[in-house]
Amino acid sequence: MSNRLALMGGCVLIGLALLAVTAPWLAPHDPLRITVSDALLPPSATYPLGTDQLGRDVLSRLLYGARISLVIGIIAVGIAVLVGTSVGAIAGFYGGWVDAALMRLVDTLLSIPTIFLLLAIIAMDPSERLLQLTSRVPLLGNLLTLVDPQIVILMMVLGLMSWMGVARLVRAEILSLKEREFVLAARVLGASPLRLIMKHLVPNAMGPVLVSATLGVGGAILTESVLSYLGLGVQPPTPSWGNILNEGRIALGVAWWLTIPPGVCIFVTVLAFNLLGEGLRDRISRRE
Amino acid sequence: MMTYVVRRLVGTLPVLFLITLISFGIMHLAPGKPTDAAMSFNPKVSLEARQRMEALYGLDQPLMVQYRRWLGRMARWEFGRSFLDDRPVGEKIAERLPVTLTINLASLALILCIAIPLGVVAAVRPGGVFDRLTTVLVFIGYSMPSFWLALLCLVGFGVVLRWLPVSGLHSLDYESFGLLRRGLDAAWHLLLPVLIAAFTGLAGLSRYMRSSMVEVLRQDYIRTARAKGLSERRVLFHHGLRNGLLPIITLLGLSLPDLIGGAVIAETIFSIPGMGRLFYDAVMARDYPVVMALVTIGALLTLVGNLLADVAYAYADPRIRVGAEPR
Repeated sequence: MSNRLALMGGCVLIGLALLAVTAPWLAPHDPLRITVSDALLPPSATYPLGTDQLGRDVLSRLLYGARISLVIGIIAVGIAVLVGTSVGAIAGFYGGWVDAALMRLVDTLLSIPTIFLLLAIIAMDPSERLLQLTSRVPLLGNLLTLVDPQIVILMMVLGLMSWMGVARLVRAEILSLKEREFVLAARVLGASPLRLIMKHLVPNAMGPVLVSATLGVGGAILTESVLSYLGLGVQPPTPSWGNILNEGRIALGVAWWLTIPPGVCIFVTVLAFNLLGEGLRDRISRRE
Repeated sequence: MMTYVVRRLVGTLPVLFLITLISFGIMHLAPGKPTDAAMSFNPKVSLEARQRMEALYGLDQPLMVQYRRWLGRMARWEFGRSFLDDRPVGEKIAERLPVTLTINLASLALILCIAIPLGVVAAVRPGGVFDRLTTVLVFIGYSMPSFWLALLCLVGFGVVLRWLPVSGLHSLDYESFGLLRRGLDAAWHLLLPVLIAAFTGLAGLSRYMRSSMVEVLRQDYIRTARAKGLSERRVLFHHGLRNGLLPIITLLGLSLPDLIGGAVIAETIFSIPGMGRLFYDAVMARDYPVVMALVTIGALLTLVGNLLADVAYAYADPRIRVGAEPR
């Protein structure tokens, strides 16, 4: 059963990715165009999912919101996997005080309520400082001016707050892998620590990481929507599912089309990632 | 037992140190001096308050000195004064804490009462109809944005059906009530927030309970108990559940930060004056003393929770005491 569900999750995600990519052609209106005279209209032929209080088309905003949510979720988890794998591999491979120090860092970050840390850091508005720092780096600086610095910060903060689980996973895998014969053989053949980690240990620890990353994208999308709902995530006019919900708060109980569709989008997307992740977990644990 | 507790306490010290470092570091993330930010974003800060704050934090001193002083004040449980209303931060937190604790404890109790039986029944016949049904529910619970569910319930039960109050802690005519009615009134107002908070935690816990029970019911001593001819009921509850509950202790300790974090969302949506709402308001107003104090206290609560969970686990399971650290 879990296989079929995982397949379903995968199909939903492919469909969502297609919708997100083709949003400019699918969207019936410009998601940013304000038509005050059309404010808070219920769904109709012109506006399939109605309009918000500024007269913007909700369906178009949802489609563009899918882009933001998916990109933020995937890049944030990418950062988390990169950091988590590095920290876990180093801790597991070297052991001793390196391991102890890194694991205490993991314990610390896990003990601070995530939402507290996220809200506090984002509210300190570090985007200005980030731009200052990166403006000196030639290529990266230019690249960052192209995207909204708020969104870059959001992805970085989400990623840097969620690598701890991956680090623990990778560390545990490496601890057991490094005693195995093939690693010993590589060591005897004179492989450097870097080669051992990159070629022999990390690739073999990637199974559980893949599962945790898939589940993590769902989690990151959920967190992003909470932050945007609280007004600290993606800033309007850029549409995101969370901030559409936030704007719908004003017309709560009147304009259901501002509250129901974005929530359903978040729910379905996160559910699809969770189903896919659990399916992958089943697959991996059965192979072992 | 004592050695274990002491060893565990010593292991917490470096974490405690890192927590203070992070809480302190947050304030210095903002561009410019912390007081600049407070001034430009919040015109309510008076010049006097600004000067007092600069003196208090010794902002002209090197970072190390500033950190040492701040640490000293934290150790004496002095959190400074709020930028917003100039009241002592400790006082502001103390009056909010009971509300958040009530919601969290109530929802925790509710979660345990539902998740444990759910997990046990699902584990008795893995792959059975009930198991599949709970699996579906668990997936829904995991994936449901709780703030959205809260919004829907708010509209459904509060605005459309008018069954439940939509916000706050008390009714308007609260003052005229007797003691009993006041209690009922508060419970009535907290019903929805508690239910929402419980919903989020329910999925994870029942899932863990299930897998823990499945694992236990596979053990030899369960077969022995059955072979002895004990009733299925006794096997399940006396031999199975007592062992199956053990991992839940650790999980409860680990779920504390989520409970505290969940309070931010629930309290913001239902306008409940608790710690979470206080944190949100402080963050929005860049009220650093309150933010720093709450981050530190939130982390401390979690540490204490984890510590208690580990000690309770060691108490319940002698294998942990004798062997090395758990995990």
